[in-house]
Amino acid sequence: MNDYSYEHINYLKKIKWNNFFVLITRLFIIILFLSLWELFARTGFINTFLYSSPSIIIKTLYRLSITGELLKHLNITLFELTISFFLSTILGITIATIFWSCNFIHKVFDPYITVLNSLPKVALGPLIIIWFGASTNSIIFMSLLISVFITIINVYHGFNSTNENYITMIKSFGATKWQVFRYVVFPSNINNIISTLKINISMNLIGIIMGELLVSKKGIGYLIMYGSQVFNIDLVITCIFILGIISYIMYYLINKISR
Amino acid sequence: MKKILDVSKLKKIYHTNKEEIFALKDINFDVFQGEFISIVGPSGCGKSTILSILCNLIDKSSGNISLYNGNKIAYMLQNDSLLPFMNVLDNCLIGLKIKGPIKNSDKEYVINLLKKYGLADFIYKYPDSLSGGMRQRCALIRTLAIKPDILLLDEAMSALDYQSRLKIGEDIYKIIKNEKKTAIMVTHDIGEAISMSDRVIVLSKRPAIVKNIYDIKFENLSTPINNRKDICFSKYFDTIWRDLNE
Repeated sequence: MNDYSYEHINYLKKIKWNNFFVLITRLFIIILFLSLWELFARTGFINTFLYSSPSIIIKTLYRLSITGELLKHLNITLFELTISFFLSTILGITIATIFWSCNFIHKVFDPYITVLNSLPKVALGPLIIIWFGASTNSIIFMSLLISVFITIINVYHGFNSTNENYITMIKSFGATKWQVFRYVVFPSNINNIISTLKINISMNLIGIIMGELLVSKKGIGYLIMYGSQVFNIDLVITCIFILGIISYIMYYLINKISR
Repeated sequence: MKKILDVSKLKKIYHTNKEEIFALKDINFDVFQGEFISIVGPSGCGKSTILSILCNLIDKSSGNISLYNGNKIAYMLQNDSLLPFMNVLDNCLIGLKIKGPIKNSDKEYVINLLKKYGLADFIYKYPDSLSGGMRQRCALIRTLAIKPDILLLDEAMSALDYQSRLKIGEDIYKIIKNEKKTAIMVTHDIGEAISMSDRVIVLSKRPAIVKNIYDIKFENLSTPINNRKDICFSKYFDTIWRDLNE
């Protein structure tokens, strides 16, 4: 292992340093931002009633967690997110597979999918609540609507642009359509599917929060709505902070799994 | 010699929205066991179409293809098409996998081929660690794995630079002769065709018919590279060259 030349060791060191420097700069930016915010809040340069401050957010976070309220709402949001993520992934990939395997079905449904995808789903919100009730079902459905069409479009597009040479090769051995899919099309699309999942998770989160804002019963989205109605900006910003952490963790998990 | 394949009155028309393209008009030839046959012709004349029809990738419009006593055909594409997400062994076994569960004897056969033809250290490596020549050999072994009697080579070396082409042509030739296979090769390279083949079929431009079939006989039959030095080589080259440019 340690047979590298002096130059190569130097090169590796340089890369290590570079990564370290990126990390330090990142941390520096966030620390600078938070400390300026705190400084401005304490000196009265900004109004904490409107803009809150890092220390108030931490206090709010602490208060929410000891009353158990944070966990309650967070659990619900995460539950809805997980369910809608899995549903839209499975549904999206399944439908994309059906489209790939039957050109007729794809041709028939293609314009519908395109229209449904570009339709602003928030406009459907009130309808969905009337039809499905002001409940978790509505929220999950809304999130599903937001992400499933884009999943279908992306995954189908990937399936369809699989290297033709691979397909010809396996067909020359007499492969059936299913075998072409199993041995060539699906495995060549793993990377594409993972990047679709990365987009999906944020789409789902948007859908869930939008649903919770509209349904307004529980969840982080509800807390934001509630906070804004009683003019508790601390609560609103704390919730946004929590959402940021959720997205980061989700992104991190998918990256980890994809490795 | 036993006749193993007979192609007669083969015709192919491609249909597109705008027009129909007459690719093959009237193709007739036969193939004997152990022969190496090359098909040359002007570009776009439908050389590859013949191979695609022979291995059932596309349907013929009319004509007759007789394959005697259950001989098997396998196809080797222009591009090596090794799947990047499978190791070398699995890539070579893919044709067998399509046919059903893989028998141990088949697996051993493939591993032996890999060892025999210089890929012993790469059996469990992924294709991206192979050189161009190794990839081509690997693709050939994948084709040999299903134990075909006839190999179809579609411009099998044309993606390579000239020097590698000569070398790999040599390799492929040796492997095919070693394993006692029959081969039909499509190429646009007259020299390649003459140096490797027992017979060269010259096609006309589209819609293609068989213009001429040449029996290639060298003074001293050797490997493809040496055949190029044979005095008969340039004679054949000139004749076929004239044929193609008429």
